[in-house]
Amino acid sequence: MHKDATPLLSVRGVSVRFGGVVALDDVSFDVAQGQIAGLIGPNGAGKTTLFNCLSRLYQPSAGEILFEGASVLATPRHRIPNIGIGRTFQNVALFDRLTVLENVMVGRHSPTHSSFLANALRLPSVVAEQKAARERAMELIAFMELGAFTHWPAGGLPFPIRKRVELARGLAAEPKLLLLDEPAAGLNHEEVSTLETQIRRVRDTLGVTVLLVEHHMSLVMSVSDKVVTINFGKKIAEGTPDEVKRHPEVIRAYLGTGA
Amino acid sequence: MAAMAQSWATKAGIGKVAMFFWVLLAALPLAGFVTDSPSFDYYMFMGQSMLIYAIAVLGLNLLIGFNGQISLGHSAFFAVGAYTAAILMNFGGVPYWLTLPIAAGVCFGAGFLFGFPALKLEGHYLALATFTLAIAVPQLLKYKAIAGWTGGVGGLLLDKPDPPFGIPLSADQYLYYLCLVVAMVVFWGVFNLLRGRSGRAIMAIRDHGMAAGTMGIDTGLYKTVTFGISAGITGVAGALSAITIAYVAPDSFTLQLSISFLVGLVVGGIASLPGCVIGGAFIVVVQNSSQSISDWMKDTFSLRYDVPAWAIYGTLLLLLMFFLPNGIAGGLAVLRARLGRGSRQS
Repeated sequence: MHKDATPLLSVRGVSVRFGGVVALDDVSFDVAQGQIAGLIGPNGAGKTTLFNCLSRLYQPSAGEILFEGASVLATPRHRIPNIGIGRTFQNVALFDRLTVLENVMVGRHSPTHSSFLANALRLPSVVAEQKAARERAMELIAFMELGAFTHWPAGGLPFPIRKRVELARGLAAEPKLLLLDEPAAGLNHEEVSTLETQIRRVRDTLGVTVLLVEHHMSLVMSVSDKVVTINFGKKIAEGTPDEVKRHPEVIRAYLGTGA
Repeated sequence: MAAMAQSWATKAGIGKVAMFFWVLLAALPLAGFVTDSPSFDYYMFMGQSMLIYAIAVLGLNLLIGFNGQISLGHSAFFAVGAYTAAILMNFGGVPYWLTLPIAAGVCFGAGFLFGFPALKLEGHYLALATFTLAIAVPQLLKYKAIAGWTGGVGGLLLDKPDPPFGIPLSADQYLYYLCLVVAMVVFWGVFNLLRGRSGRAIMAIRDHGMAAGTMGIDTGLYKTVTFGISAGITGVAGALSAITIAYVAPDSFTLQLSISFLVGLVVGGIASLPGCVIGGAFIVVVQNSSQSISDWMKDTFSLRYDVPAWAIYGTLLLLLMFFLPNGIAGGLAVLRARLGRGSRQS
């Protein structure tokens, strides 16, 4: 009757404890295929912690994360891009001594398979794989309007450019879900509106579902189909941007009790 | 403004300059046919040593320069390679050329296994762990229980191979070519590795290990395999040294040898392939010429006492580090870029 009702990503009762500190407490939400979902919350609410569970940098103490119905927590960290999850980092984690092109090509690591020996011997299969990886990387560099920086070392580039390089690299493995950790942080007004267009293009042109953690409220509220709010590790609201904006818990979390 | 980077991913093949230098290196022994200098064979021997050091430095550079792991223990892998060749030739009757791939395999295995505990260590701690290899291996080689194989303190004497098929070359000319061919094969392999998927992963780990992991690179596997390849390459250099010197002894493989590799690596240029060849030459030339400079200073300035050769070596190193912080290869690259820009402007 209707198409596959399984959500692309399903976070179920996830809790994370660091010693006695509860960073996430029984958080659950779904992200449907093709959505742009926003994850918001005050500083220290646990947003990045949740991202780090998704990319297997942290192990939750309870709960389950399903991606296309299969357990993410049963997948080793270096297999995460293979199942279709890509990400960027809050503080931009590029390979500074490699060029922009090489950075994006590193993003092609997981869909390619040539071995050390095949590379050392430069077998014809390696040449073909390299050519394809390079072409795909060049397409993404063009997609992110980074053409002028293709052969520049990533380390010396201005911060907003570095953020776009990271986005291109995150898309290189052709993920189904892209996790963006504060993509607007450090950007000026104009750059934020470019970013908004780019996030929409990622979803509309490439068909990639997006989950973003963001403090920039106007960006989240305008780009997201759905917003999840967490505070002190607990989910306090979930719904459309309009619903979340009016939610009393959310207003309290951001503006205080007003008492 | 910063120049465009040297991008490994866009390397179509070996550059013209590199080709020119390999051809030049291949042409050097031909001088033997026109000169009757009695020191010619000695120069050929120095050439062999430079190539051997270049290979050893290449092994270390792959680890330090390209993968960001440190090792003070590569003298140990050099020793294992040398003894593998010596023991196989002496007791197994294995032809000398066949000992090279075997030494590579043995040292790859040793390096790969050592790479596992090394995964838990970084920076200074890894330096210390590898340091223990460098100080333990020479003593282990002297250990009485295995002296029957290693020759103990006295080491093993070998036969110097003669040129095959009656090729009209002197033994030292021939051995120079042997070293050169092995060096070319190893450099070609590493060059290919670096411009492919594996090399990008190796360098990504150096620049940002955690991000490399989230890109799908199995960082643990890559680091241990890189440690193994690095040790294997340095082991091949060790085997070549056993073959060309026709003698192995434990005291040739002390910590000082590791430090020599490190000096060659830094002086030549970190994460630079031409830098490895320059570094190999530097190790041989400067260690030999410090004494000559000392003698020259004593004569020229009518000094009463010798100037300590190691002090001259140290001064040279300091000057180089001061004027060429990116190594000789880095300095040459800057010079080349400047000349290139100058000619374009004119």
